[in-house]
Formats: sequence, structure tokens, C-alpha cells
Amino acid sequence: MARTLKLEIVTPDRKVLSEEVEYVAAPGVEGEFGVLPNHIPFLSALGVGSLYYKKDGRRFYVFVAGGFAEVGQNKVSILAELAEKAEEIDVERARKALERAQQRLQEQADREAYARARASLAKALHRMRCRESAVQAGTCKM
Amino acid sequence: MGASLRDIKRKIDAVKKTKQITKAMNMVASAKLRNAQLRIERFRPYADKYYEIIADLSGRADASIHPLLEKREEVKKVGIVLVTSDKGLCGAFNTNLCNAAKKLALEKKAEGKEVKFICVGKKGRNFFKKTEFEIIDAKVDVLNTFDFQLANEIGEFLISNFLNQELDEVYAVFGKFVTVIKQEPVVNKILPVESEAEAGVSSEYIFEPSVEGLLAELLPRYVKVQVYRALLDTSASEHAARMTAMDNATKNCDELVNSLTLVFNKVRQASITSELMDIVGGAEALKNA
Repeated sequence: MARTLKLEIVTPDRKVLSEEVEYVAAPGVEGEFGVLPNHIPFLSALGVGSLYYKKDGRRFYVFVAGGFAEVGQNKVSILAELAEKAEEIDVERARKALERAQQRLQEQADREAYARARASLAKALHRMRCRESAVQAGTCKM
Repeated sequence: MGASLRDIKRKIDAVKKTKQITKAMNMVASAKLRNAQLRIERFRPYADKYYEIIADLSGRADASIHPLLEKREEVKKVGIVLVTSDKGLCGAFNTNLCNAAKKLALEKKAEGKEVKFICVGKKGRNFFKKTEFEIIDAKVDVLNTFDFQLANEIGEFLISNFLNQELDEVYAVFGKFVTVIKQEPVVNKILPVESEAEAGVSSEYIFEPSVEGLLAELLPRYVKVQVYRALLDTSASEHAARMTAMDNATKNCDELVNSLTLVFNKVRQASITSELMDIVGGAEALKNA
């Protein structure tokens, strides 16, 4: 029985990560799901949030949004619209985006603009949360 | 004679200067090509996986399950997404693309369908502005720097038009990047999404949410993935075509300089000979006097 599984995260523009890990937890559209080695084949659409994986007992965080995850043969492929490792997240930018989104939500706007503002609010929030979790887990500097 | 000697000299200098420019453009194009090729290579595994999953999912479900899979019985309006470059000087690249698109458009028109264009890139837009076909959207000066966002916008536009029955079928015409010396115009059907349902489905998955839910989530993305692929391929092809064109231009400049130098030397020799003849003739005349 395999003790580890391969995690691969790709976006349209680059390969973000490819590593042997012990456990993966990802934000599916219907809630977070965890994958251990020897998981049965599984396919899920991804929401917006933090994905984390365990390696050598430590937790590493990656921000993901959109796309889907495929689990099969001890391999997890994440095909995300957006993916950033915790250390790559620009916290300052996320904070500004959050403020902007909040401001836009205050304004009277049509439904489409409202939805867009909500989406960017979610992204900004999850980016910041992802970074925080990574700092707490000690796998990313402040 | 003297004036024409100077003219030839001037011409040689001009050709040499042109050569410097074409050589520089060749180098710029090859650097850009390397980047574009890298992007394609990075994107390919992503696109392949999408293709695989969509084929698998739509094989499990009926085509009526999602509007983007629906084949309209009566196709009245056809959309053509034409991806060309913004700049010229890349040989017959854009002409080939425009001709391929025009051929497709005329075919569809002969079948009694209305054809509408969505042009990405200045060259295609300028070409079809002069024809009878309607351009419903144009994105120009975007191919120099673009990311998935552009594919997103175009994809959204296509999907909303398709769902509003403004378009019943959508094709993409773009320059497929085969090798550095070979690029070819290809026509790809984007909407409705078609995929060969593979017989003998590989592995039994657990789906979350249901197959229908996943398709609803992934089909629009798949459309955008296809658009992005067309954009990436065209941009790589453009740089490759420009590289070849500029390489040829540089070679032609060399040839021209060589032949002009030959003419220059001949003319110079002729003028020296005639001057000598004058002097000798003059000397002879003096001696006889």
C-alpha cells in the first residue's frame, strides 16, 4: 500500500506545484474534502478557498479558485482557474481588493456588478485567510 | 557615370540598413516565439485533462442535460471567431487565416445561414470590415500581452450569445502551431460542445456534485479553454511566421547587396576604363601633333 500520493496543481498559465504528499484537503463546491493515499477515483468541482496538504507532518497551504479536482491512482490533479502558494500571495493587494469590493457592495449596483463584487470579495478574503493559516502552521513567514 | 555610381552606392547602403532591421525583427520574433512556445507547453496538459474529463462526463450524460451540448435542429446563425495577429510583416500568415475564414463563411452562407464574425486581432478585423459579413465583436491590440482573462471575456460573450439564440453554432479559425516552419489555419467547432463519447469509460468515479452539476460547472470553462488554446496557438504561429519571413527578408537583402556590389564594381571599372581611354587618346593626339 502506498504511503503517499502525488499532488499536482496546474493553472492555464503554469504548473504551480507537483509533490509527493501524505494528505490533501481541498475546497470542493459542496464543502471541503480530504484525500488520503489509496482513495477511490473521485471528481469534484472546486470552489474558492484554501487547499492544504501534509508533508513530513507539516501543513502547507495553497489558495485555489475554480476548476476541478480529479483523484485517481494515488494522484490528485487540481486544475484550477487560479492557484497561488501561501508564500506567493500578495497580502497587500488582497487587502486593497477586499476594501474595494466592500466599497462596491455598498454602492447601489445592478445584479451583475454585485455578483462580481461578491466574487472578488470572496477571493480576497480567502487569499488572506490562506496566508494566515500558513503562517499559523509555520510553513510561511509573515 | 559618376552620378549613377553614387546612386548605386546609396542603394547598397539602404539595403544594408533594411537588412539590419529585418535581422533585428527576426531576433525579436524568435525570442517571443520561445515564450509563446513555453506557454503552449505549459497549457497543453491542462487542456488535455479538460478534454478528457469533458469527454468522459458527456459520455455518461444525455446531450439534453446541458444547453451548451444541445445541437440546434435548425442552424440559422453561425458565429466565426477569427484569431489573427495585430501586426503584419509575417508573410502570408494573416492572409491564409482570412482566406480560410472567408471560405468557411461563404460555405455557410451558401447553405442559407447568417454569418457573424468575432475578430481577435487587427488584421482579421480590417479584412472583414470590407466584406458583407457582420462583425459583432472585435478585440484588437490584445495579442501582445494576454492571459486567461481574455479567453474568459470572449468565452462569456460566445456563451451568452449562444444561449440567447443569437448564435446557433460557433467556429474558431486560428493558426495552429505545428512546427517553427509550419503553421496552418484550422477550423474548430466550439459550440455546441461536441465530444466523442468514448466507449468503455475508464474508471468509475464518485462525482461531487452530480454529473449534471459538474457539467454545468465545467462546460463553460471548457469553451474558454478552447478559446485560450486558439489564442496561444495563433500567437506562437504569428511569431514563427514572422521569424521565417524576416529570415527570408534578411537573405534577400544579402543577395541584393551582392548583386548590387557586382553592378557597382562593373560600373566603376567601366568608368575607369573610359577615363583611361580618354587619357591614352589624348596622349596619342599630342604625340602626333
